[in-house]
Amino acid sequence: MKVVLQNLTKKFPSRNKKEKTDVVAVSDFTFEIPDGKLIGLLGPSGCGKSTTLNLLSGLLKPTSGRIFFGDDDVTDLPAEHRGVGLVFQNYALYPHLTVLQNILFPLQNLKGDKKLSKPVMLEKAKEAARLVQIDGLLDRKPNELSGGQQQRVAIARALVKMPRILLLDEPLSNLDARLRLQTREEIRRIQHQTGITTVFVTHDQDEAMSISDLIVVMKEGVVQQIGKPQEVYDDPKNLFVAKFLGTPPINVLEGRVKGEKLYLGDQAVLSAPGLADQAVTVGIRPEGFLPQADGPLTCALSRVEVMGRDVSVVCTHPASQNPVIRAIISAETNVPTNTGSVSFRLKPEKVLVFSGESGERLPVTLA
Amino acid sequence: MERQSYKGWLYLLPAMLFLGAFLVYPLIDVFIYSFEEGYNSASQTYFGVGGYNYSYVLHDPYFLQALKNTFILVVITVPLSTLIALLISVGLSSIEKLRSLYQTVYFLPYVTNTLAVGLVFMILFRKTPYTDGFVNLVISWFGGKSVDFIDGPYWAKMFVLSFYTIWVVLPFKILILTSALASVRQDYYNAAKIDGTSKLRVFTRITLPMISPTLFYLIITGFIGAFKAYSDAVALFGTDLNAAQMNTIVGYVYDMLYGNGGGYPSYASAAAILLFAIVLTITCINLLVSKKYVHYE
Amino acid sequence: MNYDSIEKSARIRRRVTRVIVYTLLTFWAVMVLFPFYWMLLTSVKSYSAYSSEFVPKLYTLSPTLQNYRDAFTAVPLAQYFVNTVIFTVVTTALMVFVTVLAAFGFARLNFKGKDLAFTIFLSLMMIPNELVIITNFVTVTNLDLRNTFLGLILPSVTSVFYIYLLRENFAQVPDELYYAAKVDGTSDFKYLFKVMIPICRPTIITITILKVIECWNSYVWPRLITDDQAYFLVSNGIQEIRENGFGRENIPAMMAAVVVISVPLIVLFLIFHKKIMAGVARGGTKG
Repeated sequence: MKVVLQNLTKKFPSRNKKEKTDVVAVSDFTFEIPDGKLIGLLGPSGCGKSTTLNLLSGLLKPTSGRIFFGDDDVTDLPAEHRGVGLVFQNYALYPHLTVLQNILFPLQNLKGDKKLSKPVMLEKAKEAARLVQIDGLLDRKPNELSGGQQQRVAIARALVKMPRILLLDEPLSNLDARLRLQTREEIRRIQHQTGITTVFVTHDQDEAMSISDLIVVMKEGVVQQIGKPQEVYDDPKNLFVAKFLGTPPINVLEGRVKGEKLYLGDQAVLSAPGLADQAVTVGIRPEGFLPQADGPLTCALSRVEVMGRDVSVVCTHPASQNPVIRAIISAETNVPTNTGSVSFRLKPEKVLVFSGESGERLPVTLA
Repeated sequence: MERQSYKGWLYLLPAMLFLGAFLVYPLIDVFIYSFEEGYNSASQTYFGVGGYNYSYVLHDPYFLQALKNTFILVVITVPLSTLIALLISVGLSSIEKLRSLYQTVYFLPYVTNTLAVGLVFMILFRKTPYTDGFVNLVISWFGGKSVDFIDGPYWAKMFVLSFYTIWVVLPFKILILTSALASVRQDYYNAAKIDGTSKLRVFTRITLPMISPTLFYLIITGFIGAFKAYSDAVALFGTDLNAAQMNTIVGYVYDMLYGNGGGYPSYASAAAILLFAIVLTITCINLLVSKKYVHYE
Repeated sequence: MNYDSIEKSARIRRRVTRVIVYTLLTFWAVMVLFPFYWMLLTSVKSYSAYSSEFVPKLYTLSPTLQNYRDAFTAVPLAQYFVNTVIFTVVTTALMVFVTVLAAFGFARLNFKGKDLAFTIFLSLMMIPNELVIITNFVTVTNLDLRNTFLGLILPSVTSVFYIYLLRENFAQVPDELYYAAKVDGTSDFKYLFKVMIPICRPTIITITILKVIECWNSYVWPRLITDDQAYFLVSNGIQEIRENGFGRENIPAMMAAVVVISVPLIVLFLIFHKKIMAGVARGGTKG
C-alpha cells in the first residue's frame, strides 16, 4: 500500500501555560512512501519522528495536512478503522494473556462480515507465530519471555490481521547489542516476506541505514532529507544530516575558500572550482583520509587504535571543531608513529563543504 | 555488637510496651475469657472452664438477630459498593475536565465524622408525626407512598443502613480504584485501539484483569470492614440497637461488655471470637477464589 | 468503506458517552454533597420554622445563628470539642514518637532477633481491634482509668500499620547515607533526626493526618471508657445530644452541633486534600 503524507503538521499546546505559543512537533511534512518498502524515520529524540508515527497510526490527529493510504483519505479516520499494525517501543503485550491469546486478540475484535471462525483465527495466529519463529512459545506468558522473544510476539500480533501498513516504534531500543543485530535482520526478512509497507522510528542511524529502503532524517519537526541510505550518507543536504549519519561520526573542521582553493587552517587541501571566497564548515568522513608523507593536511598525532581490520588514527588539528579527528585507514597502511605528526591526502568524494552560516551543503565538485 | 544489640531493642521498646499491653496480652486474654464460665467482673471469679459461653451466645436471639443483620449488610453492601466504585472510577478516568474537583468531592465522606453525618441521614430518612422528611418528599414526587425508614419496617431500615454504609465506604474504594486505573499503561489501550477493540472488550479483557489485584484487595477489605459494621448503625438508629432490631455482631459484643445489658466480658469474648472466625473463613474463601481470577504481574 | 459515516458515528458515540458519564458523576456528587447542604440548611433554620414545615423546604429565607448559640450553651459542646482536641493532639504526638523510633529500629539498625521480631510484628497487623478491645476495657477499668484522658489515650496510641508504612519508607533511604554519616561520627539518634526524618517527611505527614482523622472520628473506645460528660469526645457528644440534648428534640440545634464538629476536618481536608488523598491511596494499596 502506497502511503502519502501531504503537508502534515502537528502542533501541541505548550506545557507552560503562560506561554501561548504551540510546540510544533511535525512541520509541513510531505512524502510519498512507495508500496512495499521499509522506511526508517530517523532523528534525535524530540525531532517529531514518534509523532509522525502516531499520526500515521491514527492515535494522534494532525493539526493540518492530509494522510492517504493508497487513494483513501484516512486523515480523520479513527485508529481502529485504519487497519494499521503498530509495534510499541515496550511491546505493550498484555501480561495476563498467553502469547497465543495476545496474537489472537486483534482477530477476535473483528466484527460483522469480517468475523472469523475459531479454527481460522487459530490457523492465522499460528501462521503469524511461525513467520516470526515463536511457534514453540505459544503457551507462555509475556513475562516468561526474553526481550527479543517479546519483540517477536509484538510483531506477530501486529501482523496477524494483515495490516495495510506496519508501524514500528523504536523496535530495537529495548534489546541488547547482539540481539539488536539479529532482530534487525529479522525485521528486514519479515518485511520482505510479507511485502507490507513498513515505517519504523529510530534514533540509531546504524539501525536505519542497515535495513531501510529509504530513510527520512528529521530535526525539530522538519524533514531534513529523504533518500536511500547510501545516497543520504554520501550526499547529505546539510551539516546536521552529515553529522547524524555515520559511525564514527564525520570530522568537522572550520575552513575557508580562497581563490577556488579549500583551506583548513593555512593548508590548502583541495581545489574547489567555481566556489566563491567564503568561510565554510568542512566535513571529512573518517574513511576519507589517506596517509601520505607529503599530504596537504598535517595533524598532530595523539594515538593509533588498532581495531583488527582497520586502524583508527586519532589526531588533533587547530581547525577541528571536535577535540580530536578520527581517521579510519586500512591496517596494511603504515602510519609513522615516531614523528608526532601525521600527514594525509584527502579523498575528494569524502569531503563535504557546508556554508559556514546556514550549514547548507555547497554545490561543488572538489578535486 | 553487644552494645548495638541493646540499642536496637531500645528503639523498639516504646512500641513493644504499647503493643504488648494493648494488643498481644489482650489477644491471649480474650481467648481465656471466652472459656471461663460464669465470670464475674466485680469479683473476678469464675466457676469453670468450657464452651458454655459459646453455646450461650449462639442461642441468644439477640446474637442471631445481629448475625443475620450483619450477613445481610455484607451481602448487600460489599458487591454493590465495589460495583458502584468501579463504575464511578471508570467514569472519572474517562474525563479530563473537572476530574480533580469530582475526585475531591467524592472523597469528602472519608474525612467526616460517621456519627455526625449519620445523624443527618437519620433526619433525611425519618418520618415523624410532624414531618415526612426529605426522602419521603422525593418519594412523593414520584408518586410513591411514604415510609418511615428509621422506626419503620425491617427492610426499610436495612435499606438506609446499607445506603449509608455504601456512602461511607465509597470514598476509599473510588480513590484506590482510580489510582489503579491510572496505573494501567496507556500503551495497552493504544494497542487495543489500533486493533479496533470495542470499549466493552477493552474493559473486560484488559482493564479488569489489570486492576484485578486491587479489585480483589478491595473486596477482601470490604468484607472485613462490613463484618465489623457498628457505628453506622448507631449513627442511624441510636445506641439501643437491639430494640431497633438493627444490631450487628460488633454491636452485640459491645452491648455484652458495657451498656444496658453489659457486664459479661466472657459472652463478649465468645462473640468476638466467633466474629473473628467468620471473617477468617470468608477471607480464606476469598483468597482461594482469587487464585483463579486474579492476575498478579 | 464509507469513511465519512464512520467518522460521524464515532463522533456522535463519543458525545453521547460523555453526556452519560458526566450525568452519572454529577448525580453521585450531588448524593455526596446533599447531606452536607442539608445539615447547613437545617442548622440555620429557626426551631419554630423547622417544626412548622411538614413538607421540608429546600431553602430558607430567614437564616438564624441562634442554633449555634444554643449548641454551645445548652449542651457542653465546647467541652467535647476541647476534649477531642486534647485527645487527638496527645494521641497523635505519642503515635508519631513511638512509630518513628520503632520504624527506625526495624529499618536501619542491625541487632540480634530483629528479623524474628519483625515477623511477629507483621503478624500483629491481622489482629482485629474488636478482639482486643474487650480485655483493654477490663484492664483500663481495673486500673481505675475510666473517665480519664490516660485511659482514653493509651490504648489508642500504637498502630502496627503506620509503623510498617514508615519502616518501608525508611528502608528506601540508601545505605550509603548511613555509612557516610557513621564515618563522619554521627550518632544513630542524630542521623535519625537530621537525615531520616527530613527525607521521609511526606510519609510522616501522611500518617499524622490519617491518625488525626482517626482520632477525631473515634467513637467505640471513648464510648466504652467514658460515661462522664466531662470526658466525652465529639462523637459521643453528638450521640448524647441526640439522645438527651436540648431537653426537647431540637433538630436545628443538633445540626448546628454537627456542623461545628464536622468543620475542622473538612477545613483540614480542603487545605491538604492532595496530600491526604495521596497518603490514603498509598497506605491503602500497600497495606
